[in-house]
Amino acid sequence: MKQVNRIVGGRCVDYDAEIGFTFNGKSYQGLRGDTLASALLANGVDVLARSFKYGRPRGIIAAGVEEPNAILQVGATEATQVPNVRATQQILYAGLVCRSTSGSPSLRWSLTGLVGRLFGRLMPPGFYYKTFMFPGFMWRFYEYVMRRVAGLGKAPTVKDPDIYDHLNHHCDLLIIGAGPAGLTAARVAGKSGARVVILDEQAQLGGCLLHMNNRIDGLPPATWLAQTLEQLTGLDNVLMLPGTAAVGYHDHNFIVAHEIVAHKTSGHKMAGHKIVNHAGRDDSPRLPRERIHKIRAAQVILATGAQERPLVFSNNDLPGCIQASATSVYIHRYGVLPGRRLVLMTTNDHGYQAALDWHAAGVAGQESDEKRGRARRQVVAVVDARPQADSPLIQAIRSAGIRVISGSAVIEAIGKRRVRGVKIAAIDSLGGSVTGKVETISCDTLASSGGWSPVVHLSCHTGSKPIWHDEYGCFVPGETIQAQHCAGAITGVMTLGSVLAQGAESGRVAALAAGFSLSLSDDDIPQAEAIEEAPGIQLFHLPHIKSTSRAPKQFVDFQLDVSAADIELAAREGFESIEHVKRYTALGFGTDQGKLGNVAGVAITARVLGKSIAETGTTMFRPNYTPISFGSVVGRDCGELFDPVRYTAIQSWHEQQGAKFENVGQWKRPWYYPRPGESMQDSLNRECLAVRQQVGILDASTLGKIDIQGPDVREFLNRIYTNAWLKLPVGQCRYGLMCGEDGMVIDDGVTAALGDNHFLMHTTTGGAAQILEWLELWHQTEWQELRVYFNSVTDQWNTATLSGPKSRDLLQGLTDIDLSGEAFPFMHWRVGRVAGIPARVFRVSFTGELSYEINVQANYGLRLWQMLVSHGEQYEITPYGTETMHILRAEKGFVIVGQDTDGSVTPDDLGMGWALSKQKRFSFIGKRGMARGDCQSRGRKQLVGLLPVDPEYLLSEGSQLVCDPAQIANMVGHVTSSYYSATLGRCFALALVKDGHRRMGETIYSPGVKSVSRATICEPVFYDPEGERQNV
Amino acid sequence: MERYSGFGLIKHAIRHHENWQRAWRNPAPKKQYDIIIVGGGGHGLATAYYLAKEFGVTNVAVMEKGYLGGGNTGRNTTIVRSNYLWNESAHLYEHALQLWEGLSRDLNYNVMFSQRGVLNLGHTLQDMRDIRRRVNANRLNGIDGEVLDSTQVQKLVPILNCSEKSRYPVLGASWQPRGGVARHDAVAWGFARAADSLGVDLIQECEVTGFEIEDSRVRGVKTRRYGSIGARKVACVAAGNSGLLANLAGFELPIESHPLQALVSEPIKPVLHRVVMSNQVHGYISQSNKGDLVIGAGIDSYNGYGQRGSYPKIEQALAAIIELFPIFSRVPMNRQWGGTVDTTPDACPIIGESPVTNLFFNCGWGTGGFKATPGSGQVFAASLAGDEMHPLAKPFCLTRFYSGALIDEHGAAGVAH
Repeated sequence: MKQVNRIVGGRCVDYDAEIGFTFNGKSYQGLRGDTLASALLANGVDVLARSFKYGRPRGIIAAGVEEPNAILQVGATEATQVPNVRATQQILYAGLVCRSTSGSPSLRWSLTGLVGRLFGRLMPPGFYYKTFMFPGFMWRFYEYVMRRVAGLGKAPTVKDPDIYDHLNHHCDLLIIGAGPAGLTAARVAGKSGARVVILDEQAQLGGCLLHMNNRIDGLPPATWLAQTLEQLTGLDNVLMLPGTAAVGYHDHNFIVAHEIVAHKTSGHKMAGHKIVNHAGRDDSPRLPRERIHKIRAAQVILATGAQERPLVFSNNDLPGCIQASATSVYIHRYGVLPGRRLVLMTTNDHGYQAALDWHAAGVAGQESDEKRGRARRQVVAVVDARPQADSPLIQAIRSAGIRVISGSAVIEAIGKRRVRGVKIAAIDSLGGSVTGKVETISCDTLASSGGWSPVVHLSCHTGSKPIWHDEYGCFVPGETIQAQHCAGAITGVMTLGSVLAQGAESGRVAALAAGFSLSLSDDDIPQAEAIEEAPGIQLFHLPHIKSTSRAPKQFVDFQLDVSAADIELAAREGFESIEHVKRYTALGFGTDQGKLGNVAGVAITARVLGKSIAETGTTMFRPNYTPISFGSVVGRDCGELFDPVRYTAIQSWHEQQGAKFENVGQWKRPWYYPRPGESMQDSLNRECLAVRQQVGILDASTLGKIDIQGPDVREFLNRIYTNAWLKLPVGQCRYGLMCGEDGMVIDDGVTAALGDNHFLMHTTTGGAAQILEWLELWHQTEWQELRVYFNSVTDQWNTATLSGPKSRDLLQGLTDIDLSGEAFPFMHWRVGRVAGIPARVFRVSFTGELSYEINVQANYGLRLWQMLVSHGEQYEITPYGTETMHILRAEKGFVIVGQDTDGSVTPDDLGMGWALSKQKRFSFIGKRGMARGDCQSRGRKQLVGLLPVDPEYLLSEGSQLVCDPAQIANMVGHVTSSYYSATLGRCFALALVKDGHRRMGETIYSPGVKSVSRATICEPVFYDPEGERQNV
Repeated sequence: MERYSGFGLIKHAIRHHENWQRAWRNPAPKKQYDIIIVGGGGHGLATAYYLAKEFGVTNVAVMEKGYLGGGNTGRNTTIVRSNYLWNESAHLYEHALQLWEGLSRDLNYNVMFSQRGVLNLGHTLQDMRDIRRRVNANRLNGIDGEVLDSTQVQKLVPILNCSEKSRYPVLGASWQPRGGVARHDAVAWGFARAADSLGVDLIQECEVTGFEIEDSRVRGVKTRRYGSIGARKVACVAAGNSGLLANLAGFELPIESHPLQALVSEPIKPVLHRVVMSNQVHGYISQSNKGDLVIGAGIDSYNGYGQRGSYPKIEQALAAIIELFPIFSRVPMNRQWGGTVDTTPDACPIIGESPVTNLFFNCGWGTGGFKATPGSGQVFAASLAGDEMHPLAKPFCLTRFYSGALIDEHGAAGVAH
């Protein structure tokens, strides 16, 4: 076994299952159950990264989500690359390939390291704000260089082959964190019958129980954990989600949790509890890589625990510097002892556990170390900042023969790529200065404990500011905003007995709040052996013999190289708000979001400003608690499902005809139907002439259709539309214009009176959903007294439009409806059968030709269409698309809302003043808006027609128009629609032009990139101005 | 004011950075000012700076309820461009863009204005009509702009999904090469430092709780911390809180405050060198010099002051980004946050007089105020220093909502940015 730091006794690894992986191209062995971090430590890999600014070598410092240094690129193939994986969160799997994300050309010989050593002093916080300004043109170059060194991992260069899922949960109680408090709460609440979800960010439930030694209810922690998990597994109302991190806590007790499915492997030692989707990717490749759980909980218990704060001293970033608690985690969970000679530096009793664990492991491994001729693993010294602390733990250390140096601190670590030793000195009782002689001790590992920071992040997401608890020396959750409870170390209470009691009580209280009552019996509250503790002291930043600005760097935020000197400088420069300190120094901006460094940063700021930590406060934590992939957030809403494509029932026919399609709203609509050898313009000419001379057929099914019923439907329409609706007889239709409150046109369409209390409204294709919302908005918020109901029926009806002089003859051959002009006049509708299918036929026209819109139940749509086409062969029926429809309507001067209007156009501007009813008792939406002075004044842009002076010249849609080609900045309008018309034999356009209605016959200019073109302003109706063709 | 330069940096480095001056003072307010600016964000600080620098009005205080630049200035996605449709807005934003181009040297503070170019993608035929119309108008207004087809877009942004098979294929784009991004905090700090050095008092953690008004004329402000402070003119530049201030002065503004969110990825190696925006797919994105992908989400439809938005908007924003850039699917999202945007009915700001004499408002910038910061401050300062509003500000008067002279930018810039 090459794993030089592997020892026996790891509770979570399988010693019989060695698996291989590679780091930076070199092969290593780890064990099943390892994290990537524990496997790398087991192999004695010290340097995993180079820091952002100074390129300093960095190693693993933590064992969990708070790790700032070990950020790796994982993935064997290009498509499966994952950037920025924390080695501490990555479960090891066979064949894992990873690389460091910093260090060029190599981790060992890093250019940034050289630059950092030579020029690091020129890079105080915010140095980039103070320089790179001269000469101005050089900024691009400076920026180019800056960007070259930026960033951690790489995005893959190809599409993601994996899928991501979303799952919704609704529960009475969500418990976040499955450590001692969370599990106890779950056990209590589970008994009450409440639906409980308990989740934990780690792949194994248990939290600190997985590595601590304290007995609970007389049992070793592992046994108690196994029993508890078994109890919970037996409860059908409890769902356990290991490996699932709650990343965001939103309003209304909505929690977003993120599960890495692919990382789960079978064969955990702790098997036996219910793991949803425990199967690994290898077994079932169609499993999602990750999954988002969207949880709506009546009550939430935050049992998120606490993270240990490392101490801030010179060169505290050297590989070999590690959190004290992480040492215990690596020893107990993974059987990894990440060094040989340990110095422990602590401000509290908890730190001692690491020394005890290290010592015990050293004794256990003594024999085998000697056999292999390796140095013995030992604890060289424990440095305690407290002058005279005494407790059973400290005595245990002393009696093990370990040197305890009280009232002292490690002021500096020594070494190049790994700790070689530490400088220790006595400090004053407040930790402000060095008071004694400096002693150097040789060691290769320096564990430090500066107390604990409760994981208050989720509580902060709700908008609650954490508050400083002076007795506990940490920030605890502030005001409770959501239906939320806290239990365990998150409250700042660290003794196991209290944590368990809080867990049980919170489970009871939260279940009660969710409507499930129960009383706690003694059995419900697990008992832990009480361990007497000496009080810790609040110490964050250790002194050095030199001033902070001159001492070797003392890092607060590792990833972004923020040092204590940087924070002091920021405060000196006037960045006094903690938010300013954060933004100026980048403290907490790394991927760990300040989990390790924030509190020390606040403390240093407070000290410089002469304020208390409570006064200084802390920055807000925002989602995500820990980063999650974009893909997981998107879930299935990508690719084909990004936005559903809507097709009409005729789609297959259109495709057979080789139609080109256009996106209109969510719909695919036939744009035109090219025949072999035709250009687009050829097709359009053919289609246009066919409609004008014979008959064409258009799929009009996508038009929005809203069924409106109720006794007050006429009054409602009267208010929504600008024109009059009270007296429209049943059997007739009317064109309606809709405006916003500002008096600007927002939609138009034909609405039919199906009955006295029953209307069918047509909207534009793209506007259908918004218009339905618009109707509901007015009905629900302003006119609740009107008895009227809306229902979208767009999908229920299929519409085939026959248009052209032969349309009547064609349709008459297929229907029992009398289509004669007298029996079925223009703007009427009739019910009957068409090709044997029950149909509603509207005689309306958007082309200016005699037209019939035949609506049938959508399932009959294709059949009807086929019948119309085959029967129409004798009339040379021609299918036409949206582009032809646009040309034909433009020839008639019919506008398209959204193309010929832009939200700044009134009905008057369109020359549609006739659609404004002057005599409505109630008024209509937009009446007041359009009555304002500037909506009536001169100089408004009005709809006109344009005839290019060169009839072959097609004005570009979107061209700006000017009156004087010498003054091109004086724009008076723009071209909204422009086409070549086969009917007219020339090009023409519609435009909005200032005072256009008064400028008929004037010449106007369109300045292009190279030349200026000319056109004559004319009426916007180019064809059949009397409307005789549609009215025959 | 100590001048910042590379040379100065070396000088300070030799002294272990122990002697840097404060960037700005932390004064207690005087009893009386010529002008009090309510709101210490980018626009307010810029107003103070230009008042002092260009118009010699230095007896000025900026009242900030929290910390300088802590509102939308420090929460936006930092996009700067001037390719607006209507003349009124195009002129205003172009004025700002020209100030941006010399801002770092003017302030002696590197705001890292990075003119990497802005693409507004078109995905439908109507998008392309609108783009052509806007670019034509921009060019005639002297603003740089080009209409690109999808091949040209692909060349500028090789990682963009320009496949014809995508749900809304990229048909083309408008391209403004002079647009880009800037470092938002530096903008607030640069203006603050420069204004302070000219004598402006920056009063932080000082919430304005009311106005001293006599005979419909403002005489000063009330604060919780320092009581009443007198002023000849009061200028409110408070973004999402403008409506609340107007209420304190006894009138209403046609403003709705909504949550608007943004998010960043973890830093990754640079892959996206332009700003890319899309109305139809509805996302916008750039990559910061630190390597973060900076992404803007849509506006929440409900009103709120919480500086927090709803989760579905984050989902929609990322769905749009993955549609445009499928290769970002495995990139980790780091952090999301929210601001409170002040939206007006026509998506254009309100700069001008109010019903109370000598009380002015500069607000309603909605989702896109950052890009206007220097221009907004400059024209507002000119208006406050003189007797009438600056010509560029005039069209943005409050009375336009009564007269109907709206400047509707919805159609041209439907995406929140």
